[in-house]
Amino acid sequence: MSNAVPALALEAVTVTFVSADGGRYTAIRDTTLRVQSGEFVSVVGPTGCGKSTLLNVAVGLLQPSSGRVTTFGAPLRGLNPKAGYLFQTEALMPWRTARANVAAGLEFRGVNDAEANARADQWLQRVGLGGFGDRYPHQLSGGMRKRVSLAQTLILDPQIILMDEPFSALDIQTRHLMENELLELWQANRKSVVFITHDLEEAISLSDRVLVLAAGPESHPIGEYAIDLPRPRDVAEIRLTPRFIELHGLIWHAMREEVLKSYARQLQ
Amino acid sequence: MPASSSKRWLRVWQLLLFVAFLLLWYVGTSPTLLPPVYFDDPNKAAFFFGEPLKIFERTWVWFSSGTIYPHLWVTLLETLLAFVIGTASGLGMGLWLALSPTASALLDPYIKALNSMPRVILAPIFAVWFGLDVASKVALGVTLVFFIVFFNVFQGVREVSFTVVANARILGASERQLLRHVYVPSAMSWVFASLHNSVGLAFVGAVVGEYLGSSRGVGYLILQAEGTFDINAVFAGIAVLTAFALLLDWLVTLVERRLLVWQPRGGETEKM
Repeated sequence: MSNAVPALALEAVTVTFVSADGGRYTAIRDTTLRVQSGEFVSVVGPTGCGKSTLLNVAVGLLQPSSGRVTTFGAPLRGLNPKAGYLFQTEALMPWRTARANVAAGLEFRGVNDAEANARADQWLQRVGLGGFGDRYPHQLSGGMRKRVSLAQTLILDPQIILMDEPFSALDIQTRHLMENELLELWQANRKSVVFITHDLEEAISLSDRVLVLAAGPESHPIGEYAIDLPRPRDVAEIRLTPRFIELHGLIWHAMREEVLKSYARQLQ
Repeated sequence: MPASSSKRWLRVWQLLLFVAFLLLWYVGTSPTLLPPVYFDDPNKAAFFFGEPLKIFERTWVWFSSGTIYPHLWVTLLETLLAFVIGTASGLGMGLWLALSPTASALLDPYIKALNSMPRVILAPIFAVWFGLDVASKVALGVTLVFFIVFFNVFQGVREVSFTVVANARILGASERQLLRHVYVPSAMSWVFASLHNSVGLAFVGAVVGEYLGSSRGVGYLILQAEGTFDINAVFAGIAVLTAFALLLDWLVTLVERRLLVWQPRGGETEKM
């Protein structure tokens, strides 16, 4: 597996922001992340550790200050054409109906309206929003909007799916539901996933591998853990298994200090 | 039920207020009803303030004989042209400057200067440039409408959520598609927010332009009536203008409701 060309590789990436008044802030330093085809990788870390920065580099919204980004072996220039991105905040176009939002990517690619809408309806069905195609985002609940976003991303069949704390704004029940649905969709058609979260339990229950980042600034990976829990999983039930608890203890032990560091920094 | 009945009562009271106002006006200006309290001549109050019945009669004659229609048509045409041209140019210019930081930095002081200039003062210049016909009034209306729309579009584009733009880009939108599917719809909601204002100002531009020099239009009617001290005709002209301003405003509300269905309205519940 390690010999194969990774779907996404960030090699020794450093990102330094320069503010208008000349201040410099290094969000991540010397970070390497390789994701194989079909692999589900979670990145966890305390708040403000540069998780989103990492994802923005991977999708091509940000250029790294140094280091290399490749996707399926090819160096990344501009936006990553193989990647879909699920944002943490609202990203739907509020003036488009759910159906038109899901169909947007196809429309941008020149697919004709009838076909784009038909495929959008199929995807809405698949994320459990069959009858909601004509609703505008403001007429949907937070969880429903996330489903629309998910369909909007997955309809383009991206080889790499990047998710930035997509479910953090949802209540815990909706969240478990969405996580299970995500796993089901992923299981059916395995793509590479990079899932950013601050929630260790979520990371373990979803992933093949968990990468732990140090507290920012100058964040970097401090540990990498293979999650050998059997699939298919139910995210709520798997949390009760002994192996899950064992893994959780192991990773939490490594994370604890970083979380405390980050917390202390916030108090300053 | 109580809500709708209290609303009906509100309408009744509004109507009564209007009737009371007319009545007071009628009693106060009628030469025979009351002895003169302020003026030495019983006809003077009517001379200064007009008489509601005569104003109504004058309006009625205008509409029944059809003499007002060409004037009204000209005023509405000017309003419409000023509105359409002002909105289109404001939209285009707003989009361009909002998306091109260099251009907006360069033109910023000039736009501020033009906007703070009292533009009604341009009317004589427009009359010289474009003549006394429709074009000069449209030009005046455009200068009024343009800036409102321009600033709203400029603001609208600047305030498009970064996430929405980034998301559309990642979904594969080209620069042109981004303009068409993200920037313009977002700016349009701001344009509609200013629609009531800009229609009103287009109307103001037309009437003020006519008033300052013209041979047709409702503003011209008022100007003429003033020239002969025909106060009733002046008030009749004002009443007609007010009625049409309200009508235009109502039309705008209808268009707005139709085009901004995607926006949440206050108090609207989530439909499950």
